[in-house]
Amino acid sequence: MAEMSVELVAVERRLWSGQASFVVAQTTEGEIGILPSHEPMLGQMVEGGVVKVTTTAGDTVTAAVHGGFLSVTAERVSVLAESAELGEEVDVEAARAALTDDDEVERERATAKLRAAGQSV
Amino acid sequence: MAQLRELRSKIRSTKNIGKITKAMELIATSRISKAQARVEAARPYATEITEVLSALATASSNLDHPLLVEREPVRRVAVLVVTSDKGLCGGYNANVLRATEELLSLLREQGKDPQLYVIGGKGVNYYTFRGREMSGSWTGFSQQPHYENAAEVGETLVEAFLAGGDDEGGNAGPDGMLGVDELHIVYTEFRSMLTQTPVAKRMAPLEVEYADGEDGAAAEGGGVAPAYDFEPNAEALLGTLLPKYINTRIFAALLEAAASELAAQRNAMKAASDNASELVETYTRLANQARQAQITQEISEIVGGVDALAAVGSDD
Repeated sequence: MAEMSVELVAVERRLWSGQASFVVAQTTEGEIGILPSHEPMLGQMVEGGVVKVTTTAGDTVTAAVHGGFLSVTAERVSVLAESAELGEEVDVEAARAALTDDDEVERERATAKLRAAGQSV
Repeated sequence: MAQLRELRSKIRSTKNIGKITKAMELIATSRISKAQARVEAARPYATEITEVLSALATASSNLDHPLLVEREPVRRVAVLVVTSDKGLCGGYNANVLRATEELLSLLREQGKDPQLYVIGGKGVNYYTFRGREMSGSWTGFSQQPHYENAAEVGETLVEAFLAGGDDEGGNAGPDGMLGVDELHIVYTEFRSMLTQTPVAKRMAPLEVEYADGEDGAAAEGGGVAPAYDFEPNAEALLGTLLPKYINTRIFAALLEAAASELAAQRNAMKAASDNASELVETYTRLANQARQAQITQEISEIVGGVDALAAVGSDD
């Protein structure tokens, strides 16, 4: 099966890297699904987006990604996020509490976190 | 008598100081490895963003974003100085501030007017005490900088830089804000546990550090640069990417400076602990001498007394 190497990188650390067969992300132009051998592309990602990676082993890795860039070449996908959190690391209760925050950006981020954690919003 | 008591109290207080400095040394040592780990952890992002930027630079035909264009003439320049919030770290701050002064006088020689932006309490105190004007200052995160801190500093600097594009002489341009034409940063580079060197670098206009071309070419298999598709267009991407790139550079500098600060503190505290134990040794010797002198004197007094009594007794 075709595969590509995927890197999820946040400013302060590398979140996840490995081989994957499918990546879904949201750029400012809309949602995009990337399979191996995709055309080279650079995209700007939306604030409060969710990136979903299907690994070659069949697992799914989700991450809440806030702003940043998506760089795609035939064998590589890198997600450069200003801040990001893996779905399994999300503090669900804190995110739920942030849903009622006054700041719109905070609300968006909380929604993305909950979606990444697999919670319905 | 009095001297012995004085010496003992000196020994006691020196020992206490030694305990404190030893503890500070251990704390700094344990934090250095964390700080170094953070420098390492931030590296993948810096490499990736450099790669993306080089890809953009090769693909996009007109690179006339203000952050990339040299301005002529350069009138005002921003100098960002990274110092520590706390002292007790040897020559760390003195070295950074000396390097800054050198850069400032160099800039003045070139007829440029430097504006100071200072990070860290020590630097702020230094310039406030000398009555020098600062265009901006930030404190409270020198040992554990976060990206938000770097982004805050970066935004201020980029805003000042972009505002400087339309200035006419000493007058602010149409935007009514007096900006700058160059951005410089002075921080301490972490070479090793024992050496930290202050360095001055220019951040803007940017010289893009191109990623190693061979890796990229090898990954493509054919050596042909990939024709990228851009979402949205290349110019818009460049516009959002460049300020982020500056933030990343500042963040990397802050992390290096934090590691350097801790290493400098560790060295200073180690020297202080060594000095303290040396002092304790000297004082102990002196105290022993004083004690011995006191004992000798007591014995000779007793012997003298006995002799005197014996002499009186034999007279009877």
